[in-house]
Amino acid sequence: MTNETSRRGFLKGAGATVLGTSVLPFLKVLPAAAAGSDVIVAVTGQTINSLDIHRTGTNRPSYQVAVNVYDRLVSFGTKTLEDGSLSYDYSVIEPEVAESWEFTDDGMAIVFKLRPEGKFQDGSPITAQDVKWSFDRAVSVGGFPTVQMKAGSLEKPEQFEAVDDLTFKINLLRKSKLTLPDLAVPVPMIINSKVALEHATEEDPWAMEYLHKTPAGSGAFKVASWKAGEQLVYERNDNWTSGPVPEVKRVILREVPSPATRRALLERGDVNMSFNMPNKDAKELSGTEDITIATTPIENAIYCLCPNLSFEPFKDKRVRQAIAWSVPYEEVFQTAAYGRGAPMWGGPSATPADIAWPQKFPYSTDLDKAKALLEEAGYGEGFEVPLSISLSQTDWMEPAALLIQENLAKIGIKATIEKIPGANWRTASLVEKRLPLHLETFGGWLNYPCYYFFWAYLEGHLFNSSNYRNEEIETLTGETLHMPVDDPDYAPKIKRMIEIAWDEVPRIALWQPALNVGTREIDGYEYWFHRQLDVRGLKKS
Amino acid sequence: MAGRLSTIGTRIAQSIPVILGVVVVSFVLTRALPGDPAVYFAGAAADEASIAEVRTALGLDKPLPEQFLIYARDVATGNLGQSLSTGQPVLEDLANRLPASLELTLTALMLSCAVAIPLGVLAATRPGSAVDHLCRVLVTAGVSLPTFFTGVVLIYIFYYLLGIAPSPLGRLDFIYIEPDRITGFYLIDAALAGDWETWVGALKQLVLPAVTLALFTMAPLARMTRAAMLSALSSDYIRTARAAGLTEDKVLFTYAFRNALLPVITTLGMVFSFTLGANVLVEKVFAWPGIGSYAVEALVVSDYAAVQGFVLAMALLFVALNLVIDLTYTLIDPRIGFETK
Repeated sequence: MTNETSRRGFLKGAGATVLGTSVLPFLKVLPAAAAGSDVIVAVTGQTINSLDIHRTGTNRPSYQVAVNVYDRLVSFGTKTLEDGSLSYDYSVIEPEVAESWEFTDDGMAIVFKLRPEGKFQDGSPITAQDVKWSFDRAVSVGGFPTVQMKAGSLEKPEQFEAVDDLTFKINLLRKSKLTLPDLAVPVPMIINSKVALEHATEEDPWAMEYLHKTPAGSGAFKVASWKAGEQLVYERNDNWTSGPVPEVKRVILREVPSPATRRALLERGDVNMSFNMPNKDAKELSGTEDITIATTPIENAIYCLCPNLSFEPFKDKRVRQAIAWSVPYEEVFQTAAYGRGAPMWGGPSATPADIAWPQKFPYSTDLDKAKALLEEAGYGEGFEVPLSISLSQTDWMEPAALLIQENLAKIGIKATIEKIPGANWRTASLVEKRLPLHLETFGGWLNYPCYYFFWAYLEGHLFNSSNYRNEEIETLTGETLHMPVDDPDYAPKIKRMIEIAWDEVPRIALWQPALNVGTREIDGYEYWFHRQLDVRGLKKS
Repeated sequence: MAGRLSTIGTRIAQSIPVILGVVVVSFVLTRALPGDPAVYFAGAAADEASIAEVRTALGLDKPLPEQFLIYARDVATGNLGQSLSTGQPVLEDLANRLPASLELTLTALMLSCAVAIPLGVLAATRPGSAVDHLCRVLVTAGVSLPTFFTGVVLIYIFYYLLGIAPSPLGRLDFIYIEPDRITGFYLIDAALAGDWETWVGALKQLVLPAVTLALFTMAPLARMTRAAMLSALSSDYIRTARAAGLTEDKVLFTYAFRNALLPVITTLGMVFSFTLGANVLVEKVFAWPGIGSYAVEALVVSDYAAVQGFVLAMALLFVALNLVIDLTYTLIDPRIGFETK
């Protein structure tokens, strides 16, 4: 490939000059140091398995391609967190491909004006027809993209209208605060429909096979090369029209499965970034000279212990509360998370003061209280229950489960740890919802408490693995889900929902997990709710 | 020669039922595994309807016999299906990854033979000497240290502390261009292209993982060489040869070693087959894009096509390997004939 040849030429030119065989033994110091000011090398443990987020089977790490290589109509702003690291800003929606937008007078449609100068990476203009085709695709292909679009009340192609080349209209099914933010998640990316349609066939009208390996976007970076299981190379799109052209020319993302190896590479300075580091490495490396560790609590996500209401003793809320009083929170947080993240226990009051979510549950470790509650519920002599964990998440589930098991034994509950294979975990815990007591992790992309409740507390919904049902929560969630946050009714209703969730504890919060990213010699790393690497703002320091 | 060719033909024909059996067994076994790929690949927020859509898209809603017929037809036409976890056709994945594993395993075995066989011979000719003890220590250390441990220790010493090994970033550091694909073996491809800079780069990446694997595989080879040499050296024909006044070298290499080679070759074949499938941990530690880690990851997420493709490829490889070993026997010892089997 020509661009690979130029990569070598470039590297040779930039500082390395002549790489004769005689200097080869010293080549290893070259990458981070001599790659110059515009190449960044990052390592991650995960595999990118597709360049198309709409495809069936596309895994989470692949979402970053949608972020870096494609644009959306709108994006979120950026804010600086307390510790000085950057994060996207949920409260600010910024233009990306769209220049401006406004709601129609009745509030039942949004009209977007596209940037007239907007260009795809092949130089062709971005038109409203491209946006319509891309949105039609996202709501039609099924699976994850369709579900995510639906969260923003974007459900069928008839809603999308290309008024003229630069005007795009979305007809709303209902007024919902979730619609606009849902346009800024990775899924509603804008595809160059002319290119895609050239490669569409009768069996494959959405060009799934073509876009799987060949992106056709307008984003800040192009994919220079991709070898699944090894590496992905991003190359800057010098003519990016949806934002300021990035400072770095090239980002090399290398897949290194072993965390020990990734850590050695970062410590030695051969790479600039280790994305999604284990908590242990993040803890041990923080404070190291030249290495910056950004640990950002993941918004709207909690690691939970879930007692399942289909298991007889857990039908009684006092038994669930007893479990919540028995968990050794501090030890679990320190052992399983190495103290990275945010504590979710020890809240001061049983009624929430504000609508922040997640916030500290009003439980802490108090075995006497737990025993008393069990007595009261008629389970004073205890019972036996399996405590299930997933084999593919043993890093935190195993230590947490062991500590919980130990404390449950102290209040007379005999828990046996049951390890379930990763491939079976989702089916058992979320689909069949048959695990009596288990650990669970849900995080919502759209950062509203009502959105969390929608997925995790409504009966039958996927992440409600406790089979919980409460009439009041069912009603309140339905009412608040689409309601604007500044509606005077919103806060009281949310507070009531949180209060019920605390009192009835179908999900016992352990802690809020965090995303750890180690960097050296680079600035501009920004945390995003999708927890994938956004390379657009990176620069060498 | 013609006789040998026809026996090879017969052997290959005999392996066809084995391959057919492997196709059936791998299909049934993957289906018997716990786990539901449709649920797994429908993604985090999938609901019932989208899981059903994914199931239909993957063809998993059809009855098992029908799925098998489709699979068998595809295999017959050389289509191993599409891996869900890597998003690539399985055939392409295997073509990329098998050479990586073979290159690593073969280099490791050559290295291991180069050390273990002379060591075994020396230990056998001087039992109880320092060489014999060295052999014993190496062998014990080799088997008792798990490969991922040796790998991490080697990285720590040679990369992290001393800085003489290249970064453990897989087959080639990203500053080199991958050689044009001919065999898939980087060393061979780079040599064919005359690109010696890349050749050296690939070799340097290969050294640590190959040494790690070699340390592990050295043990059975050295043990077997020593034992076989000891029994050969104590046999009657060696006594006769010595009595006839043949030189020590002639006795050792022409008579004793040649006869001792048969069990060593057998062990080599066995060691090769288990290392190829079992070097997952080495692959992980060195970010080596090999076939072992591919298979394990596919298995974890119930990626049927990839697992079946892997099992089939391994079966074919072993059939070929056994054939080669049997042929080697006849070369080493002319008394061994194929025909009688």
